[in-house]
Amino acid sequence: MNPVRATRHGLTLAHRNLLRFKHTPDQLLDIILMPITFVLMFVFLFGTAVSGNWHTYLQFVIPGIAVQALMFATLGGALALNTDLRNGIYDRFRSMPIARSAPLIGHILGDAIKYLLAVMLVFGFGAILGYRTSANAPRLLTAAALLLAFAFAVCWIGTLIGIVARAAETVQALSLVLIFPLTFGSNVFVPTDKLPGWLQAWVKVNPVTQLSDAVRALLAQQPATAAATHALLWTVGIIAVFAPLAVTAYRRRT
Amino acid sequence: MSYGIEIEGLVKRYGETVALDGVDLMVPAATIWGLLGPNGAGKTTIVRILATLLRADRGVARVGGFDVQRQPDRVRAMIGLTGQFAAVDEALTGYENLLIVARLLELPARQAKQRANELLERFGLADAARRSVKTYSGGMRRRLDVAASLVGTPKVLFLDEPTTGLDPRARADVWELVRGLVADGTTVLLTTQYLEEADQLCHGVTLIDHGRVVRQGTPAALKATVGGQTLQVRAENRARSGDVGVIVVEILGGVAAAESDDGMIAAPLPTGYSAGATLAAVATRLESAGIEVAEIGIRLASLDEAFLALTGSPATTEALR
Repeated sequence: MNPVRATRHGLTLAHRNLLRFKHTPDQLLDIILMPITFVLMFVFLFGTAVSGNWHTYLQFVIPGIAVQALMFATLGGALALNTDLRNGIYDRFRSMPIARSAPLIGHILGDAIKYLLAVMLVFGFGAILGYRTSANAPRLLTAAALLLAFAFAVCWIGTLIGIVARAAETVQALSLVLIFPLTFGSNVFVPTDKLPGWLQAWVKVNPVTQLSDAVRALLAQQPATAAATHALLWTVGIIAVFAPLAVTAYRRRT
Repeated sequence: MSYGIEIEGLVKRYGETVALDGVDLMVPAATIWGLLGPNGAGKTTIVRILATLLRADRGVARVGGFDVQRQPDRVRAMIGLTGQFAAVDEALTGYENLLIVARLLELPARQAKQRANELLERFGLADAARRSVKTYSGGMRRRLDVAASLVGTPKVLFLDEPTTGLDPRARADVWELVRGLVADGTTVLLTTQYLEEADQLCHGVTLIDHGRVVRQGTPAALKATVGGQTLQVRAENRARSGDVGVIVVEILGGVAAAESDDGMIAAPLPTGYSAGATLAAVATRLESAGIEVAEIGIRLASLDEAFLALTGSPATTEALR
């Protein structure tokens, strides 16, 4: 199967993934409602307490919530993949003259677009509330690229979970076990130096922290090289570990 | 004669379990062939191997002349599969489901749309084309599923229990569709637990049980092999049904007997057994065993009993209905 045809099949299945997304309002809610709720809750409930006033906090928290939204979006993707694998639809794909990798490519491409949507929604909603960035175009693009690359990396984790889990409940449980420590055990909501000392050790190495820091700094025209490098290293590391695992699991399962 | 499907000595094991134990099967092109057997007999395993979803441990399987293991892409290009679980996307509309399949088969955009609409029309789904499949009835889903497997105009079509769970009307619709396909030259292999379905639809039937071919032939020939008569006995005391079964089996030379919910023991009369003499013999044995009889008689065998006699499978009514 040549790569051009495999890509074409993958794109068709990515299109299917997005069509499903369009028709499934609860999946949309995951991506729209969750970030909006978090933005409102944290900005108005804790904003003043953490940063003195909620305007300052808004500037701090929006990039972090964007990262969090991206993490939560993996859950929906993993669930959808899991459902696909358990009903007959992958059998149909596999009995067709298409590239074996096409369903996986389609899944990941389609999901990446959902993640992008989730991130854009957070920034859009933040902007309505008054979030502003002074970043120039290269910095904006760098931030977007970092977010997208990380989304792609996390997508492989979600994919692995979606493939190995035998039931939807398992997907949910595994994903939350993964998402909670990563998002809440980070400096998404509270600056690292205000967290208890024992927690700081984890928070500082947490990729979600690194990425949030990088995006914040990039968008606030502050030095971002160190955080961006760390975030990128994490991204590459996650892909290097989870992509082969997911592909192996996929080959075994299908 | 050219064959749509050729299978020789197919063996498949799952660990210790032998799913297929040397199956041979030749299906002439442009016929409907039924694979009949109880749950777990190996029907689905055969279909999955033919559809390139599963590798056999031994044996050869060819579809349209191509080896399923060595030329899977050639095979995939000429088959359609409707599995046991509806392989349609619930979240999508009927039209979108077919369109995706058409695009995967690399039909150009316009042709893909045309093909999707054409199939929806033909399968009586045109009115529901723009509705999400979630809102479809079981029969509509099945029809869409079959439609999806036909997008690429396959030469060989596999239908794994295409009518399970359908009401009689929807079942008749699917049968009509399948007949139309074969008239156009498609070879159809269908698995079913319903003898009636095989009888109505198939040119030939292969009965399998425990991974082996039990019998092969036309549905009529199959029915004829069991003589067509059934002995029925019901004990007054339900607790004695087991003893009745033992006596019946012994007198009939070891055929399989079935017990229904009301305690009726039924067994097919093998060829060469006279109805009157058998009845007398059973009555005498029951008398001497001290079993009070509520009901006894001989009637014409049903297809279900023919099936039971040939496969010797446990008489769970579930497997037969």
